[in-house]
Amino acid sequence: MTSQTRKDLFKQGAIWAFIAAELVFFSVAGEFLSVSDKAFMDFDNMLLLLKQSAPIGIIAVGMTVIMINGNIDLSVGATFALSAIVLLDSMTWPVFAGLGDWVIPVSWLLALLTGCVLGAINGLIVWKTGVDAFIVTLGSMLGYRGLVFMYNGEQPTSNLNWTLVDFAEAQVLSLHTATWFLLVVTLLIWLLMTKTVHGRNAYGIGNNREAAVNAGIRVGPHFLWNFILIGFLAALSAVVFYSESGSVNPNDGMLYELWAITAVVLGGTKLSGGYGSIISTLGGVIAIQLLRKGLGHIGADTETVNLVIGLILIAVLFLDRQLNRKGKEELKI
Amino acid sequence: MTDPTPVLRLEGIVKTFPGVRALDGVSFSVLPGEVHALMGENGAGKSTLMKVLGGIHTPDEGQIFIDEEPTQMTSPQHAKAKGVVFIHQELSLADELSVAENIFLGELPLKSFGLVDWAKLYADTNAILKTLNVGFDAKTRVGDLSIANQQMVEIGRALTVDPRAVIFDEPTASLTDAEKVVLFDVIADLKARGVGIIYISHRMEEIFKMTDRISVLRDGSYRGTLITAQTDEDEVTQLMIGRALDLSRNVSHHDMGPVALEARGLSCGDLFRDVSFSVRQGEVLGFYGLVGAGRTEIAETLFGLRDPSAGQILLNGEEVRISSPMEAIRLGISLVPEDRKGQGLVLGMNCRDNMTLPQIDDLRTGPLVSEGAEVAIFDQYRDKLDIRTPGWRQTVGNLSGGNQQKIVIGKWLSMRPEVLIVDEPTRGIDVGSKSEIHNLIRDLAAQGYAVIVISSEMPEVLHVSDRIVAMYSGRVMREFTSDEVTEDSLIQAISGIDGDKVA
Amino acid sequence: MTALSRQKIGGVLARQGILIAFVVFMVGFAMANQRFIAVDNVFGVIRSSAILGVMALGVTFVVIGGNLDLSVGSMMSFSTIVVLDLHDKVGPALAIPLMFAMTLALGAFIGFLVGYLKLNSLIVTLGMLSAIHGLTLTWSGGKNMDIADKEGTWFAIFGQSSALGIPMPILIFALLAVVLSVLLSKTPFGRKVYAVGGNGTAATFSGIPRARVVFMTYVLSAFCVATAGLMQASRSMGSQNTVGQGLELEVLAAVILGGASLLGGSGTVFKTVIGVLILGFIQNGLLLVGLEFYVQYVVTWVIIILAVWLDIAAKRGRLWSPIA
Repeated sequence: MTSQTRKDLFKQGAIWAFIAAELVFFSVAGEFLSVSDKAFMDFDNMLLLLKQSAPIGIIAVGMTVIMINGNIDLSVGATFALSAIVLLDSMTWPVFAGLGDWVIPVSWLLALLTGCVLGAINGLIVWKTGVDAFIVTLGSMLGYRGLVFMYNGEQPTSNLNWTLVDFAEAQVLSLHTATWFLLVVTLLIWLLMTKTVHGRNAYGIGNNREAAVNAGIRVGPHFLWNFILIGFLAALSAVVFYSESGSVNPNDGMLYELWAITAVVLGGTKLSGGYGSIISTLGGVIAIQLLRKGLGHIGADTETVNLVIGLILIAVLFLDRQLNRKGKEELKI
Repeated sequence: MTDPTPVLRLEGIVKTFPGVRALDGVSFSVLPGEVHALMGENGAGKSTLMKVLGGIHTPDEGQIFIDEEPTQMTSPQHAKAKGVVFIHQELSLADELSVAENIFLGELPLKSFGLVDWAKLYADTNAILKTLNVGFDAKTRVGDLSIANQQMVEIGRALTVDPRAVIFDEPTASLTDAEKVVLFDVIADLKARGVGIIYISHRMEEIFKMTDRISVLRDGSYRGTLITAQTDEDEVTQLMIGRALDLSRNVSHHDMGPVALEARGLSCGDLFRDVSFSVRQGEVLGFYGLVGAGRTEIAETLFGLRDPSAGQILLNGEEVRISSPMEAIRLGISLVPEDRKGQGLVLGMNCRDNMTLPQIDDLRTGPLVSEGAEVAIFDQYRDKLDIRTPGWRQTVGNLSGGNQQKIVIGKWLSMRPEVLIVDEPTRGIDVGSKSEIHNLIRDLAAQGYAVIVISSEMPEVLHVSDRIVAMYSGRVMREFTSDEVTEDSLIQAISGIDGDKVA
Repeated sequence: MTALSRQKIGGVLARQGILIAFVVFMVGFAMANQRFIAVDNVFGVIRSSAILGVMALGVTFVVIGGNLDLSVGSMMSFSTIVVLDLHDKVGPALAIPLMFAMTLALGAFIGFLVGYLKLNSLIVTLGMLSAIHGLTLTWSGGKNMDIADKEGTWFAIFGQSSALGIPMPILIFALLAVVLSVLLSKTPFGRKVYAVGGNGTAATFSGIPRARVVFMTYVLSAFCVATAGLMQASRSMGSQNTVGQGLELEVLAAVILGGASLLGGSGTVFKTVIGVLILGFIQNGLLLVGLEFYVQYVVTWVIIILAVWLDIAAKRGRLWSPIA
């Protein structure tokens, strides 16, 4: 086994080892510090954790694809909010009045379509103008948020549909609906990235874009599809979340892009592209959620979560660099 | 005698860019089973020609024929589909992907639902790898392979189609001798299959060993095709540079001062070991060796960019520790680096700012930069080095290679160093500027500078050096004075053959 | 017309495009509504842009040095909360230097990570965005901060007073802009920032201490953030924990709008000021013609994309990207 593959295995395993360490730490520390008398690794608690991971998790899976491509998407939070508004609002449209509960799939489709369109706009701009995805999506993060406000001003958009709430709160094989969505999305995108031509090309493009272009891969449309995908997933995340909550504030989803990127980086995906794993991203999402719950469990202020996550992110970056150092002979630039 | 149908024929190819006629009526043909060398100085138009062949540039005039069929290349893939494939000097592989995925990048075999047909992929790849006779398999991650094996992957890529013509661009640049043998076997094999091969290289010994014919470009125009067996290096060189190369040995006509810089048993990990040499004031010390022999790394160590693992550096007889370029500059050591665009210049900055960069802290009036002092320095070295630029405001990235190199040299001369190290002084520079820079280096020595010149070009080293250190694989093999050096002994030394024992 | 001269015109448009767009925009709105260029309105706009502007000045240095800073919004919240809290505890005369020291320490920490440890600035500052937010919440216990005695303190001068008829925030912004413009364009340090951002390797090969230069850009950025925090605290005399949230991206938008390349090595303080003013006047202009504040988001989006697109289109000599 070469040292590189060993390193890779270490990297792939690191996030799960980290999760295990979190579980042990919070369980043990919880014995002494816990404000509740429930054990941390309580089954229901873990189920809830997975459910709460879903909204960011679904977006983070899409973000992994984008980042493997060597791009980034800062507009997912706004896409999330706009799709949520379309979801909730469209159920009240008079056109669909006669549909009864059949309005639900229609609204879902509309919301998902919204996500796809917003993603496609990003993708088209990246493709056709050649402007860096960071700037394109920084712009559309503002622009899409503006659209969110245009919809209903600063008022929340609310519409609670009880059929939908029942669906969202259902548990199949004890997993919540949201968890099922997260797991299925993770599985499908994992298949996409490891088994399909599109997925393998995504790695190739992120790894060496010029080589991919020379090999005849059409990079522009490829980017477009991936932006449509992440738009779709941001919308799906909204569908999953707002089916239950039934009310969306125009500021919802802010900073989601940062949480998603944090999870992806914790999962070991390289910012420069070409390297990363969907399963590890799931690990990153779970690790963050565990940290949130765990700190609450041992009675730490919820405020410290941000501090700890930020520092862990930097520590991960530092460790990664130490692993990749060539040693003393390295050129000092 | 009837000639066989050429696999590839170019006729009157013309390509102009704004202000430059990059290709001016290039015509030649490659026969099946022929290894055809394409030679020319840097800037002679080889790479433009290759881009025309690869469909990246569309020629303004002229015609490409494949098996005598007129063909328009529109893209690299299109060229490949027509049977014209390239083995690039800079490998274009995706490190994180497997050998098989790299070989079939852009054309992965499909099953339904967009799934990759892995069984077919690996089977096809292994079939290709078998013909290449390599010791790794289709699932290996490309990043884990040696450079030589990565090159085999590139060649494997060429074999996914039935190639009519394969173009090798400096294929041996980073290969060891053993690896070269493997490469030459592969080329011989392709040749035996009736493939036409264009072989681009600067290395005469390879050209004369490998090729059947040699076509020469100069300044974008075609200068003729020679039959390898009926010509010699002199004739080829003359065709390439338009005159007989000035191979006259340098003879020092001035007195040398005391030793300025000395290295004793200097080592840096595996990069170079136990290297000792010295250079006097007024002397040009040449370092000659293959790429990867450790020459550049020695320069970087002297300039404080690498920490030596053992040994001493003495400056004017006193031991010094050089921990950073700042420290080196303070001690009077300057380095004109090998990679002009990557290391030498900030391409987006103007000429003046680039030139004064190392001494910007000293060019102040109060807390502010004295632009007058800056312009004075720029003007002085522009005149001295004959830098052709519309003015100091010109962005450096818009200058020609030769003028860019002069900016870098000017930048370091204006620091008035005691020791000037020049790594590959004329890489990528046209012939005219080349001899100017050679003369400049000699002049500097005459003025009392201690100069170290690192070069991969033998004529250059022979021409400018008073003494030559020959390196092989991180060690000093031999040191020659300009009187005793011969081309044969130099080549042997840098190939790892101990000259004395052979003689 | 030849391709060359077309390219030249494109180049001029790209270089000065943002200024031209600004002038056209101002004239257009002034014709639509006289109020727009009334002195008090103009002052109002600059005044409300001043805090964003001061932060953008610092980020300009970071971006020209080839890095990003996503932590400035969160850091600004920190400065604001800290100075408000300390004001009541130790008095304004001590609170201000203490707050500056702490904010500079945060900047130095980021500078150390990005400069000396060479960690990716996007991720480091993303992490710091979160970490500093946590720090702020821990400091305040999640509560809003208010100055108890709003009348009996001179603390309001940084946000609410004016001198020579010019509001103080504008004076601070203008003064800082002039000083930093000189620093960037006229001093050795400024030259080094351009060199490090333009080609870090070549800068190192020219004996420029790249790590120290990058470090300094972050310290400088933190100084600007602390100043912005002071202005914010002084203006409102009280604050939420999230006062600076999201500002990092607006700041970056202003810097990019001013034409600084995210790759580093280009941009000027003057252009950033233009970028800030454009954002401010768009917001104001749209309000004056009766559009809601959020329309500016959409307009900003369009303008950012157009500005960057035209810039690179001029550089590559063609409008549409060559990628297939």
